Amino acid sequence: MAATDTQPDDPQVLRTVDGVPLKTALAVASRRARIRAFFLVVPLLVFILLTFAVPIGQMLSRSFTDDKFSANMVELGKWFDANGKAAPDEAAYAALAADLKTASEEKTAGNIGTRINYELPGTRSLFTSAARKAKDLEPPFKEAILALDPQWARADLWAAMRSASAAATLNFYQAALDRQIGADGNFEAAPENVQIYVKLFIRTFVMSVVITGLCLLLGFPVAHLLAVLPLRHASLLMILVLLPFWTSLLVRTTSWMVLLQSQGVVNDLLVALGVITTDGRLEMMYNQTGTIIAMTHILLPFMILPLYSVMKTIPPSYARAARSLGATSWTTFRRIYLPQTVSGIGAGGILCFILAVGYYITPALVGGADGTLISNQIAFHMQKSLNWSLAAALAAMLLAAVLILYWAYDRLVGIDNMKLG
Amino acid sequence: MVKQPQNDGFVVFDHVQKSYDGETLVVKDLNLSIGKGEFLTMLGPSGSGKTTCLMMLAGFETATSGDIRLDGRPINSVPPHKRGIGMVFQNYALFPHMTVGENLAFPLEVRGMGKDERETKIKRALDMVQMYDFINRRPAQLSGGQQQRIALARALVFDPSLVLMDEPLGALDKQLREHMQFEIKHLHESLGITVVYVTHDQGEALTMSDRVAVFNDGRIQQLAPPDELYERPDNAFVAQFIGENNKLEGVIETINGAEAEVRLGTGELIAATPVNVSKKGEKVLVSIRPERVEFKPEMMPPGAHMIDAEVMEFIYMGDLFRTRLRVAGHDDFVIKSRNTQGQTMLRPGEKIKIGWSPADARALQP
Repeated sequence: MAATDTQPDDPQVLRTVDGVPLKTALAVASRRARIRAFFLVVPLLVFILLTFAVPIGQMLSRSFTDDKFSANMVELGKWFDANGKAAPDEAAYAALAADLKTASEEKTAGNIGTRINYELPGTRSLFTSAARKAKDLEPPFKEAILALDPQWARADLWAAMRSASAAATLNFYQAALDRQIGADGNFEAAPENVQIYVKLFIRTFVMSVVITGLCLLLGFPVAHLLAVLPLRHASLLMILVLLPFWTSLLVRTTSWMVLLQSQGVVNDLLVALGVITTDGRLEMMYNQTGTIIAMTHILLPFMILPLYSVMKTIPPSYARAARSLGATSWTTFRRIYLPQTVSGIGAGGILCFILAVGYYITPALVGGADGTLISNQIAFHMQKSLNWSLAAALAAMLLAAVLILYWAYDRLVGIDNMKLG
Repeated sequence: MVKQPQNDGFVVFDHVQKSYDGETLVVKDLNLSIGKGEFLTMLGPSGSGKTTCLMMLAGFETATSGDIRLDGRPINSVPPHKRGIGMVFQNYALFPHMTVGENLAFPLEVRGMGKDERETKIKRALDMVQMYDFINRRPAQLSGGQQQRIALARALVFDPSLVLMDEPLGALDKQLREHMQFEIKHLHESLGITVVYVTHDQGEALTMSDRVAVFNDGRIQQLAPPDELYERPDNAFVAQFIGENNKLEGVIETINGAEAEVRLGTGELIAATPVNVSKKGEKVLVSIRPERVEFKPEMMPPGAHMIDAEVMEFIYMGDLFRTRLRVAGHDDFVIKSRNTQGQTMLRPGEKIKIGWSPADARALQP
């Protein structure tokens, strides 16, 4: 040991046969091993970068930027840079006319209109129709444009164009939080009838908590049974737990639709048993009830498996010891068994919750109007309204919420305690 | 020597039977009375029913039929937590999410004991096993022997009059195990508690117990103090199970009360003490302890019949010499001699004569 601390030319330094100090030779060898190991993981690293890191980065950047307006309305952009919040004068209208003319030549008026339409619904046609007539516009432009449509004088339109003239914007986050910039330029709550996202976020989180809670309630006894049954019965039960994994998600969801709809099996059975009347059939589908039932079923294995892996490691002698020390079976469960399963509860809970928060297909199929979650709204903006930036902003907020949750879990329970199997 | 406690039937098994599947009996008609303050060991191979007996006593298994009484009170229908029996488990079963102090506080808390009283008792119990300094450690931070001590303290902290131990030293290495054997023995003596101890290690059973119950096939084969068990086994199983043993098959030639002569299959005649045989012509198994066999003519005990033997193998074991001989056609006859000054070291191939005191050769039913 002392040799490693001595000077290089000290005769006590251990050397290889070639005379290289042993320490150096070892370092070289271990560096080579590390490089070799690194090359083995390179394919996966590249794959993760391309399919995970890059898209997320793109999503985040898209949520802050939209250049559909700023890239095409160059002249007006220059005027906004020079004049700030001043009321639009003749020069502003001249810039607008020039930009509209370019837009009509390059056929980008639709895009420009769409961008402003995000902020002020119903304004897209203003741009497309004005662009069509742009080449006929003559000075003075203010009067000419106002003659096309008096709406061009709207203060909120000019405010929206001003904010859209920069590619980078927080408008989408503002929209995702149900806020808007009023005519006076201040943040304010959007009108009640267009507030949807905050409510949807709250609903998503509340429903995810409910679903996770139900999974825990239903999964805990099953996991315990799995852990204590003799191996032969346990493997049969394990197959039943895993069966949902081997069935298509769509099949499982549609079977719930068959079971739960108002003319479905469950209702028919209840009517036949006389529990409810034909008129009083329960509405269990296309609402929150449907989403909660179907998602609890689908997420149950994600709760059971981590719980099982933890419970399997708890020897029955702990319970016996507690009983022999004078504890009732309830005390034994509460003070001895439950605390030892916390790591499994944490892992299963966080897994179920994160999956539930981002769940899409099931709520889309069985959720109806009030059973859909935030991910359905994100999909809507991706596929229907094509407001990708708003979709990205919503997704980024969801991601942030999950990360905060993860951090809180780490502080409270500790991620090291989490056992996933 | 061996303390013989007054047997007032503190723990009584009265015609207890146990079957798990309704077909085979794991415990067959068990009758056992354990005195207050006694250290009784249940010894036997695995599957002999000894652990089942302990579990019935602790309340984790119910007897299929028969009565178990504790201090005169039938406890068949008393749940385990109301029996007030301390128990030490093989893997210690210390609660991993609690500190040593919390582990010891647990049985006191569930009994609704106040904080001051709890602390006094915990300190006393930990001092008893010299572990008070470890009160704030977690079980995972302790070595096997330390965990064992804590498990012991936890089983004793609520002052039970009966403590059950289920192979508590099984996981420790040999040296520590021997040390803990004495420690448990001393605790038993100083506290005056009754201990029922289960083990499959005969050395442990002989070292620690007042009496040993040897189990096999669901029955007690012999219940006796250690010395009697070793020197005067009642049957062939006990003779084989406790200690090393030589067995010679033969037929009774003459029998006269406590003396008998046995004709071996190869024609030699040997002297033996009949145990559970009585008739002339009966087939017997003669069992002789290796250390009771003499091979030096000048040391031969009186009444010994000498027979021929050939040395097959000589093993030097340090304190002992172990010599394997061919006797009466079998070459698994073992003798042990102490490594004393001038002891003879036999060489393989050497022809000798061996003999023993008739009292040391016990003729048993095969």
